[in-house]
Order: sequence, then structure tokens, then C-alpha cells
Amino acid sequence: MAWWIEPALTVVSYVGFFAYATWSVFSGTYVFADPYVSPFFSTWIGFGTFKLPVIGLLVPFLAVIPLGLRVTCYYYRKEYYRAFFRDPTACARGEGVRGRYTGETRFPLVLWNLHRYALLLTIVVTVFLGVDVVRAFIYHGHFFVGLGSVVMLVNVILLSGYTFSCHSLRHLAGGGLDCYSCVKAGKARHRLADALNRLNPRHGWFAWVSMFSVGLTDIYVRLVMAGFHEPRWIA
Amino acid sequence: MSDTTLLVFRGDSIKTGTEQPFQVPVQEGMVVLDAIHWIQAHAATDLACRWNCKAAKCGSCSAEINGRPRLMCKTRLDEFAGEPIHVWPMRAFPLIKDLVTDVAWNYLVNAEITPFTPKTDEPVPYRMAADDVERVFEFRRCIECFLCQDVCHVLRDHDQKAAYYGPRYMVRIAGLEMHPKDTVNRTALLHREAGIGMCNITKCCQDVCPEHIRITDNAIIPLKERVAGRYYDPIAWVGRKLFGSKAD
Amino acid sequence: MSDATQTYTHDVLIIGAGGAGLRAAIEAAAGGASVGVVCKSLLGKAHTVMAEGGIAAALGNVDPQDNWQVHFQDTMRGGALINNWRMAELHATESPDRVYELETWGAIFDRTPDGRILQRPFGAHTYRRLCHVGDRTGLEMIRTLQDRVVALRIAVYMEVTLTRLLKDGDRIAGATGYNRQTGDFVTFRSKAVVLASGGWGRIYKVTSNSWEGTGDGVAMGFEAGAEVLDPEMVQFHPTGMVWPPGVKGLLVTEAVRGEGGYLFNSEHKRFMLDYEPEKKELASRDKVARAIYKEVQAGRGSPHGGAFLDVIHLGSDRIKKKLPSMYDQFLSLADVDITREAMEVYPTIHYAMGGLRVEPDTGATTVRGLYAAGEVAAGLHGANRLGGNSLSDLLVFGRRAGAAAAQFVKSVSLGALDPASVADEQRLLLGSLEGAGSENPYLLQQELQAAMQEGAGIARTDAGLRTCLQTILALKRRADNVHVAGSRLYNPGWHTARDLRFMLVISEAIVRGAIERRESRGAHWRTDFPNADPNFGKLNLIALKDGDAMRITTRPVPEMPDELADLFNGEVRQKSA
Repeated sequence: MAWWIEPALTVVSYVGFFAYATWSVFSGTYVFADPYVSPFFSTWIGFGTFKLPVIGLLVPFLAVIPLGLRVTCYYYRKEYYRAFFRDPTACARGEGVRGRYTGETRFPLVLWNLHRYALLLTIVVTVFLGVDVVRAFIYHGHFFVGLGSVVMLVNVILLSGYTFSCHSLRHLAGGGLDCYSCVKAGKARHRLADALNRLNPRHGWFAWVSMFSVGLTDIYVRLVMAGFHEPRWIA
Repeated sequence: MSDTTLLVFRGDSIKTGTEQPFQVPVQEGMVVLDAIHWIQAHAATDLACRWNCKAAKCGSCSAEINGRPRLMCKTRLDEFAGEPIHVWPMRAFPLIKDLVTDVAWNYLVNAEITPFTPKTDEPVPYRMAADDVERVFEFRRCIECFLCQDVCHVLRDHDQKAAYYGPRYMVRIAGLEMHPKDTVNRTALLHREAGIGMCNITKCCQDVCPEHIRITDNAIIPLKERVAGRYYDPIAWVGRKLFGSKAD
Repeated sequence: MSDATQTYTHDVLIIGAGGAGLRAAIEAAAGGASVGVVCKSLLGKAHTVMAEGGIAAALGNVDPQDNWQVHFQDTMRGGALINNWRMAELHATESPDRVYELETWGAIFDRTPDGRILQRPFGAHTYRRLCHVGDRTGLEMIRTLQDRVVALRIAVYMEVTLTRLLKDGDRIAGATGYNRQTGDFVTFRSKAVVLASGGWGRIYKVTSNSWEGTGDGVAMGFEAGAEVLDPEMVQFHPTGMVWPPGVKGLLVTEAVRGEGGYLFNSEHKRFMLDYEPEKKELASRDKVARAIYKEVQAGRGSPHGGAFLDVIHLGSDRIKKKLPSMYDQFLSLADVDITREAMEVYPTIHYAMGGLRVEPDTGATTVRGLYAAGEVAAGLHGANRLGGNSLSDLLVFGRRAGAAAAQFVKSVSLGALDPASVADEQRLLLGSLEGAGSENPYLLQQELQAAMQEGAGIARTDAGLRTCLQTILALKRRADNVHVAGSRLYNPGWHTARDLRFMLVISEAIVRGAIERRESRGAHWRTDFPNADPNFGKLNLIALKDGDAMRITTRPVPEMPDELADLFNGEVRQKSA
């Protein structure tokens, strides 16, 4: 495989995803087809007495959180520094950009040190999405399984995989300790950090597939809204 | 037995040196270093290269083979299916001659790192739990081939050797920081002299490591997280102000 | 490059930066001496880095019955009782402290469940005794010592080859040689020199040794008048790789058998059950090497002329955890997945038991101010070394030599520099560049390696040894006629031209010693004298410079005191008897 294929695919995918997500969030449509909701939106907000106005205000704000996680993510950083900034283009292939290099020591890149906050907020969002998945299995008060329920479940598993394989989470969970047996609850923290450490090598894989699964789930809910007759196994 | 062509860099300056072609007879399982040895014995006795163990344990025979930093003793000729093989010295360091570069800078950097410092009254023999030391084994696998230093674009392309220690020494510092009996905190060193912020985690070091150390994921990023906690995390800063400064 | 000779001065000059050299440097510096360490390669690349299986020390962490007395007996028996008992005693008693000391400098060994150093079984060690880190123990050791030397700010001169020891009368005054990078000549003036320059495996064709093992130290010591003890004792490690040809001789660690690997012949018979029913695969190295040799001679070898070494039954997880570099080595170099297929192995040259004769307690050679430690010194291992004993040898005797040198330099002043000797050496060095010779140093080296493999290999005869000696003497004359192209700037051909002379000196000593020892003992196997001879069992052989020639004489094996002799239940003579 030629060295430029990977960066080219990266550019196309990232631009495509960002464009689609922005369009979806700001399209003015609340992407909801009972009991399904797009992962860019959430049923938690706007149910009951509130409704659309609040959704309209909050959704773009909420959608920004996972986007923030991805922008500051150690894996995405590698991909876009290489593909977009060609810094470096590929290993031992020279630089695309001339001029003084400062790495991640200056504004704005120095802000990426706050990755852990994007992570913590995303964990909250992921809980919201999890509840949405539970609701996708309940239709008019009954247990229900449609293709959309499965799509949403798979999506949230992939998103969780991405979130929980995060380097910052591993650090906060126990990777930051020098000596597990020297602190309280060290054994538990070692187990947790160790488990996250085993998940970590798949961080890049989760990043890619979860990005596609979010977009595809949104498209799927829109299809159902547009009248697509999906297979339903338990209705 | 067939022949293959090696195009080996010759010269004592990267500007004036040129590739010189050599036809080398190939035996099964031969590696690039074997071919270089054949050239030394039969075609160019003064061809300069470093090597020691020929078993990927010492990290001496680093070179750039078809543009990729690799160990010559671990790169098999049959991988190239008879195509010409370009063998060049590491480009991030000053050339001495042919395939040999001056890697002294690495040793100077190494000497700046605060060494292992246990408690003075730590009872000997040490007791250390397997759980506490297993992370460190990965970092101690390093054979100091300097391929990660060679491929790191901060050192190689931007020549920022004054601002960044490079991946090899991030690995060494990670091994010291995560050692359960070490008492020194090197977060300030990482932030300032070692220049960890210069790394933009593009992972080429991890790609070329012959020991398969996950340099970026397991050494540099955890250290970046420690620096973030010490210098950039506002809540951690407030916490330190309120509950005393237990740095990271 | 320049014609001027750079001169450096230290109290103690240490030649070699492997385990022994670095440990000696640390101790000499602690003793208050100004120390300079010279190494031919970059720091951290010395042969110690290749040690895999572990370091032997009777900690008793896994087998509490173990103690120094048992380690002492194992070492003496393994060496067929021509070892120096005092060295074996010091080694067995001090190894545990040297291992623990490494951990205080940052080393980490594999752990027992209760957090102590884990120990694995190894050939001819009665108990599980080898402290290890997977199969990269040597790397852990060299990196720890290297870091310690750097932390102590000890001067290290990398890529410098010293080629001649300088004397002032009968005492050492320094050494001279050249900088490999620039080709500049260098001279070190010092009150004491510690040789820690390793072995000479490179004189054989099939070897596990790196290019550095050319015997510089032993040859320089010999030229300076030191005695060379038991040079004929060269160890064949039973398991080197045999295929593909490029990696022939590459070491397959004994830890493979220590972890439970089996040896099979082509009939899938576990032949070690017949040769050594008790210790089987974990018999001493000389015995296992001979067994593999005999199986192949009898036509029961593997397709590429070796034996099968099989670890499949250990399971993939255990192999990858305890033998990771073996797994990687076979997969990347031989396309063999050792979790699914057997390895093919055959004996490979590994270690020199012989070397400079030293005082057990100090490492002092017979030349005043010259010390030796590690593989270049002799005495500890006798006729055969046990696996894991060399790493502990480096630490125990590296420390002792460093301490003794630091003590010695307190009472002496710097010796006078002998300009004639320096000029003579530089003339010799320049000969291959400036002379009108026609011989290629690499090809001469290959001829020597082939001759030694053939004539002084695992199975020796008087006729074969004498033929080999004639080849060596002829090569000695041809070595004067070597010519190399290029300049002095990093010129490996030029370096090899000088190395060749060292290799010829030690090759001659090995062959002359092997001719004299008309018996089979330990690693020395004479097919024309297949049994041990009790008379030779009382003798160490000595190679000594006599004018321009080499002379072989003998010395009685030192007799151990009664309290140690008692440990052997009458197998060894009592001094009082």
C-alpha cells in the first residue's frame, strides 16, 4: 500500500464525518422515530414538560462534547497531525510544513492537555446514550426488538469501547500511580488500570468504527422516520 | 543461489556521499547484515558499519533500509523479492562514514536524567510485588538501537535536539517513574528540559521499535498525562492548593 | 584523523565495558580512584547484553534448601574439579549480595508471588537458582550497571581499541591503541589496568559470540608476560541455531531447557534419557553438547544436521512470557513458530573457561598492576562452566578486581611512559594500511575460523590439533602480509587486520594446550584419549611467553582445605591425607 493512501482516507473520512454531523445537528429536525433516537440527540432532554425549544438549544452543545473528545484524543491527534498537517506526513518521509515547530507546547495545541475533561463529560454523554438504548427496547410499555434497537445497541457498545480504551482514563484509573501496593485500594486500581490497558491497543480501531457507527445510526433513524419498514422481531 | 543488488551509501558526508551498487550472492535466510559482511570480505574491506550480536539483542546495526529505519540483522533479503535494496545510515545523526553515524548526543542526554534513587533506608533484599513491576519490564526491554530517535520527526526533520530528549529517553524516564522503589519525581524534568510537549504523538517511534515497545501509548502518553496533571489540570491545581502539594 | 597521539591519564584504566568492566569501574571509583573505561563498541553493547537465561546465586527463594555450599559443589563438579576452589568459594558466597545490589541500582528481576526474586532451574545446578528477567537477563544487568556508571560520572571512552599494554620495568604503566571512529592513536597512562575484555569465541566459525570476542585482552596480557591458564578449555553451548545458514551458531538459551524443553533425535526419541538418566536435558553443557554431537554422528540428526528442541508442550502463553526473545528470534529469522514447531539446534562455541591466571581474592595477574576479571580471567569454571555462573562471575570478580586496583594505586605513582613501545605498536598498526601486502584480513580470519572449527572443535585428536597448529603458524606469517584499502577513518578492514593477530595468539594457546592435555575432561574431549586421567586432574596447563615463542607448562591444581573437601564425600583428595 502506497504511503499516501492512509492519510488520504483519513482526510476524506474526517471531513465527511464532521460535515455530516454538523448538518445533522443543525438541520432543524429532531431525529427521533419512536422508540429510536439518533445518537446526536437524546430522549432525556426535552421529554415531559419541555420539548423542542430546549432540544434545539442543548443538542449542539451536547454534540460538541464527544467531538471534543475526538479532537483532543491521542489517537486522532496522530491521525490528523499526519494527514492534515503533514507533520510528519509519514514515518521518515519528511515534513509537509516548514517553519518553527513547537509541538504541543503552544496555544491552541497546548489545550489538548485537557483531554481528560472531554473524557469525563463524554462518559456522562455515554450514560445518556445508554439510557436511549434501553428505551429503544421498550415500545408502548412492552419489550421490543427491532433492527433499530440492535443498531443503537451496537453503536453504544462501539462508542463505549472507544471511550473506555482512552489513554486519559487509564491514567486516572490507576496508570498515574507508581506503586499499586503502596496506596489504598491499590489492588483494585491495578486491576482496573490493567483491564483498561488491555483495551487500549484497540483505541484506534474503536475510534474508526465508532465514528462510522454514529453516523450510520443517525442515518438509520432518519430512514425509519422517512417510512422505511424495518424488520421487527418482537413488537 | 541467486544474486541480489545492494545499493549502499558510501562516503563521509551525507551531501557528497553516493550509493554504490554491489552484487551479493544470496543464501536462504540471509539478512541485510550478512550481505554487508559479504561486501566487506569480498568487495570493500573499508565499508563501515556497526554491529555486535547479530541477534537483535544489542541494537548496534541500525540503518535505513529502503527508507525505513530498521536493524540490519533482523531484515531479511527475501522480503525484497530480488528488488534492489537501498541501505543508508540513520539520517537524524551526523555521519561519520558509510553506515556509521555519531550517536554521542544520545549518551549526553541520558546523563541528564536523574538516576534511580531509592529510599536510603529501604531494606535489602527488596520486596517488590509482580503487580508493581510488570509495566516496567516493557521499558527495560529497550536495546538502545536509537531507531526511535532516528525516526522521530522532532529530532530528524526539525532538528530540535536542544528542546526534546526523544522517544528513547521518554522510555527510560517512564521506567524510572513507574519503578515502585524510586523516590524521585521527574515531572518537572519532563515538562522543561526533556520537552515532552514537543512530541505530537505521531507514533513513528512505536512503528519502528524492533523490541515492539509501545513507546507512544505506554511510555510517552502516560508521562504526558502526568505532566498534564501537574501543569495543566485546573482542578488538580486547586486540589494541590487546598490539600498540600503532593505533586501528581 | 591526526598523527598526534591523544593521551589520557587515570589511576585505574579498565579495558572492557561488559559486566565485569563496569562493575570494576563502579568499585574502583567508590575506592576513590580516578577511573577510565575503554570499550570497543558503544556503551551498553558489550557481550553481556546477549546473556539470556539468568544469573546463578544461591538465594534459596524458590528452593529453600539451596545454599552456598551446594552452589560451590555444583560449580566444582561442573568444572571437573580443576577449578580454583577459592574462586569457586568466593563466587558461591558473594553472588547473592551482588544480585541484591543490582536491585538497589534499579534492576528488576522476575518475581515470586511474595515479591522476591524468582529463580529457574538450569543445567547441573542442583536447585532452582537462576535469577532472571524472561530471557533477557544480560540486558537488564548491563543497563543497570551502565546507568550506575553514568550516574557516578565515570569517564567512558567508546569505540576505542587498545592493542598493547605498556610497562615500566615489570609493572603496568598504561595501554595504547586507536580510536575506531577517527583512526587517531590514543595512549592511556595509568597506575593499574583491569582487563575485562571478555572471551574469544570469534576464532571459531560457528559461534554465539559477537565480533568483539577476538581475545584482545588475553593476548595483550600474554604479550605483557602474564600466564594463560587452561587455554584449551573452550565451551560449546549445546544449543545454537543451525538453520538458515546466516544465523548458524546463534544462541538458543539454556532457559529453553530450564523451562522444560525436551531434546529429540530424528526418531523422536528423547535421547538425553539414555545419556544422562538423572539430569536429562539439564545435565552440564559439555555432556549435552557431546550427546547431540553423537546423535548427529550416528545419523539420527535433524534435516539440517542438529537435534530437535521442543517446547510445544509448555503452551503458547508460557513460551511468550518466559522465552519472548527466543519466540521472536525463531519467528523472524527462521520462520519457525516455536509454539507449534520444534527448533533445530547444534552445539555452538560459547565461552572460554581458560584465560589469564589471577589471584582469587584480588584478580591480580602475574604482572604487577595488571588485574583481570570476567571471561578473560580463568580459574572459577575449571573444565566446564555452568550456565548462569558467568553473570555472577562478572559481578563478584569485577568488584574484587576494581577494589584491589583502587587499593593498589594508593601506594604507587604513575609509571614512566615507554615511547618506543608506543611507536612500535603504531608501526604495527599502520603496516596493513601502508605496507605492500596482498592478503585480505577477512579471508584470513575466515581461514582461521574454519581451521579451529575443524581441528580444535568439539571432538579433538592429536593429528587434527597438529594440522590446526600448522595452519595457525602459517597464518601468523601471512598476517604480516595483510593489506587493507581506505583511510584510518572508521575502517573495519583495518581493525580486523589487528584483531587477527590477537586471534592467532589465543588460537595457538588453545591448540598447544589441547595437544598437551592427553585426556578428556569437561569441555575438552580427545577422542584418542576418551577418559579422564587422574594425573591430569591434578594439573592446570599454563601458556607462557618465552622470547618470541609460546611455551606450555603446568601448575598443580590448588588443593582445597579440609572443610570444603569434606563436602565431596571423598571424591576429592584431602589435603591432610
